Amino acid sequence: MAKPVVSLNQVTIRFAGDSGDGMQLTGDRFTMDTASLGNDLSTLPNYPAEIRAPQGTLPGVSSFQLHFADHHVQTPGDAPDILVAMNPAALKANIKDLKRGATIIVDKDEFTNRNLTKVGYPGNPLDDGSLDSYKVHAVPLTSLTVAALSQLTLSRKEAERSKNMFALGLLTWMYHRPTESTENFLKTKFAKKPDILEANLLAYRTGWNYGETTEDFSVSYEIAPAKMPAGQYRNISGNTAMAYGLIAASQRSGLQLFLGSYPITPASDILHELSKHKKFGVITFQAEDEIAAIGSALGAAYGGALGITTTSGPGVALKSEMIGLGVMLELPLIIIDVQRGGPSTGLPTKTEQADLLQAMFGRNGESPVAVIAPSSPSDCFAIAVEAARIATTYRVPVFILSDGYVANGSEPWKIPEVDSLPDLHVEFAKSQEDFKPYLRDTKTLARPWAIPGTKGIEHRIGGLEKADVTGDISYDAANHDLMVRARAAKVAGIEVPNLVVDDPTGEADVLLLGWGSTYGPIASAVELLRANGEHIAQAHLRYINPFPKNLGDVLKKYSKVIVPEMNLGQLSMLLRAQYLKDVIGYNMVRGLPFTTTEIVEATMEVLHG
Amino acid sequence: MADLTLTKKDFTSDQEVKWCPGCGDYSILSTMQSYLPELGIERENIVFISGIGCSSRFPYYLDTFGMHSIHGRAPTIATGLAISRPDLTVFVITGDGDSLSIGGNHLIHSLRRNIEIKILLFNNRIYGLTKGQYSPTSEQGKVTKSTPLGSLDTPFNPISLALGAEASFVARTVDSDRKHLTETLRAATAHKGSALIEIYQNCPIFNDGAFDIVKDSETKGGALLQLIHGQPIKSDTHGLVHAGASLKVVELNSVPESDLVVHDAHNPDPAYAFALSRLSASELDHVPIGVFRDVERSGYGSLVNNQVADIIAKQGAGDLHTLLTSGDTWKVD
Ligand SMILES: Cc1ncc(C[n+]2csc(CCOP(=O)(O)OP(=O)(O)O)c2C)c(N)n1
Ligand code: SF4
Ligand SMILES: [Mg+2]
Repeated sequence: MAKPVVSLNQVTIRFAGDSGDGMQLTGDRFTMDTASLGNDLSTLPNYPAEIRAPQGTLPGVSSFQLHFADHHVQTPGDAPDILVAMNPAALKANIKDLKRGATIIVDKDEFTNRNLTKVGYPGNPLDDGSLDSYKVHAVPLTSLTVAALSQLTLSRKEAERSKNMFALGLLTWMYHRPTESTENFLKTKFAKKPDILEANLLAYRTGWNYGETTEDFSVSYEIAPAKMPAGQYRNISGNTAMAYGLIAASQRSGLQLFLGSYPITPASDILHELSKHKKFGVITFQAEDEIAAIGSALGAAYGGALGITTTSGPGVALKSEMIGLGVMLELPLIIIDVQRGGPSTGLPTKTEQADLLQAMFGRNGESPVAVIAPSSPSDCFAIAVEAARIATTYRVPVFILSDGYVANGSEPWKIPEVDSLPDLHVEFAKSQEDFKPYLRDTKTLARPWAIPGTKGIEHRIGGLEKADVTGDISYDAANHDLMVRARAAKVAGIEVPNLVVDDPTGEADVLLLGWGSTYGPIASAVELLRANGEHIAQAHLRYINPFPKNLGDVLKKYSKVIVPEMNLGQLSMLLRAQYLKDVIGYNMVRGLPFTTTEIVEATMEVLHG
Repeated sequence: MADLTLTKKDFTSDQEVKWCPGCGDYSILSTMQSYLPELGIERENIVFISGIGCSSRFPYYLDTFGMHSIHGRAPTIATGLAISRPDLTVFVITGDGDSLSIGGNHLIHSLRRNIEIKILLFNNRIYGLTKGQYSPTSEQGKVTKSTPLGSLDTPFNPISLALGAEASFVARTVDSDRKHLTETLRAATAHKGSALIEIYQNCPIFNDGAFDIVKDSETKGGALLQLIHGQPIKSDTHGLVHAGASLKVVELNSVPESDLVVHDAHNPDPAYAFALSRLSASELDHVPIGVFRDVERSGYGSLVNNQVADIIAKQGAGDLHTLLTSGDTWKVD
């Protein structure tokens, strides 16, 4: 008899295991299969900074959370409905996040006395009743996988490594996901290793069959596709979207993309991705340090390329002096800071938004730069294109403040038509007599982009203060004052779209105002609050320097403005300073994105005290 | 085509030169301005990039493209420019503090990669611009503003350092010797990858006479061991012979001429050039001068650009639509 199928609107799954268990890959595959079914989704990878922390320990636990639904999804979900725990450490590290009644699937074989003691379980939670308020499936995952692969000539250890595919197969059955794409993925990935390919495929299918045939799993679930605007979609992470956006900007501007970068978590994947796309004329230069990375990007920009550097907070600290030179030289430059927990080395693999003031002010002198921030993984594409527009139009360094959450998280992305992307064509200074390197465009206040190789406009620039118009060295007091103000006015005058406020009833008194990656949790909190009859307005800043022109008016309109940030109040500080508005900060720095519940509760507190 | 009618005047900018009277930088500038027309490259295709220091003001005085950047980082900027604009001829102007102290990391890495840049290291063995502190090339025991009791640091030998960093072209010359400086520039610009030229430069204000022994007509003949490819290595009084695995300076009349080491700048083994570099210690009593090493090795920029060209030749130029729609995609109607 066929097993019953239950329809659900949404599910949050967390895969958790040892760093070596392949949980990120498992989560990625489940995500791709879910995306291709047309569910909306959002993901949250969470892994330790150590490549392989000691096996079976709490610090070594790596997890991947996925929220998918038949409707619009804003966040990776607050509390998982289902936890796949590959060992006792994974169970212990994650159980506190589960709702009562949640489903737990564990690899029973890993619950040995030794492994239990390692993480401080006094007894076996599978036997002692401590999990009674959950639905527990204790599956002998390891031994089933090993048994299934016994016909192959693999060592036990090698066979065991396929157990994540068993788990993936089982979940694929449970949630009616298609299997072709994962099978194709494995075939490509292990094309040169037929033994490993066979082992993975066999484990995957055995896991699927286990769900289909055993009594332990009596129902399976269906989640209908979400309604999304018509178009072609793919699932995309923030770092990949950023790399694609940069390539798009290079194509649309006709400028060669030059990336100077030094590896650092969580930014390295942009370097990795761009280095795959040399056929777009992309140059990726892995420099000796962050200073050389940005120096090379600035040198390339001076020569007429789209100069980019990617890094995280510690790298930004090293780049400061060169960013100041970019401000002085008034050359286009894109600095991508994928923020992580700080200060110092901080929390390399965790997310945070505490580099905002560093980006704004972390240089000597009056050194204004543009600062923009993507609000979701797929928004990284558009923000990269936008950074190129601002940098090349205004000849100014532009900071993109991404973070670990948007960089590594993923979501479905409606792929834009190439022709719909903005035209970023730029004009270099032409051969001319009596060339004036610092003569500003009256509208943008940009100076000419005057690249070497252009006859007749040979000139010298540098980090010393420039005389207005001629660009000669000048120590003149009045000129310095003029130039400091000119550079500030240029950045302040960058055209950015007005802030859009979402206030459907127009009756809201309280505004939730965020920036960057907090968009998802704030938006889903707003949905919940409104469903409960609350009046609440929402607005989200993608442009931080300059702020949208209408921001002052927006702030005035609401009696209370709540600003959730993953820092101790950096945007709040800017808003108070610039608009004298005493905004209410809601601040957390736990290395994790806000949950919807947290923002709902914080807002309720403000609404009703 | 190059405009071969250019003269020294064409390479002289309208900026007033502001070094101290008698500074060695003047003669280097003048020699460079005289040499550039001979290079046969249009002014707009020449770029001088410098760091910070007295010496780093150099680009302002040449009517080419130029950038006076930040302390120690000129090689990084030059690297990005040289890679992305292989059509340009890029010079780096740096001081001993700029290149060997704050910018040491960039110097060694640009030499290791063999970036197509010509680095002119103005070595005055002092920090000039900051008014006279000791530098990484100052001799041990040097008394300066920051070392009233004498410096304790062991100095760098810039030639040894460059060779250790896999440099493909390394030379030494002297600010006041126009002819030798010009020849050295000629050799460096003919070389395809990175070239490092150490230029002994006198700072009359803070380290006057540091190189007198190799500049005074009375002493220089005996102190300078001429490195001329294919010629025996000797000064007016001394010559170089093999001593086991190493090299030794001996009086000329103590050995037959045929025993002298014949200079081979193209020797693939850097140990030879390194042994030469070790002959001059802090005291400068026997100073090899000329091109220590000049070997062929692919320039980094050309390797980078070939990699791009190769993949385009094999797979065709990238198509944005294809990239964006690659991987697993699905349609929503
Ligand atoms: C980041 C930074 N640190 C310090 C300085 C101050 N500074 C300017 S030039 C210089 C040393 C210059 O010595 P050198 O490179 O030998 O050049 P010289 O003046 O002797 O030609 C120093 C320390 C600076 N400009 N920037
Ligand atoms: S301080 Fe020395 S190096 Fe600097 S300009 Fe004066 S003489 Fe030349
Ligand atoms: Mg010096």
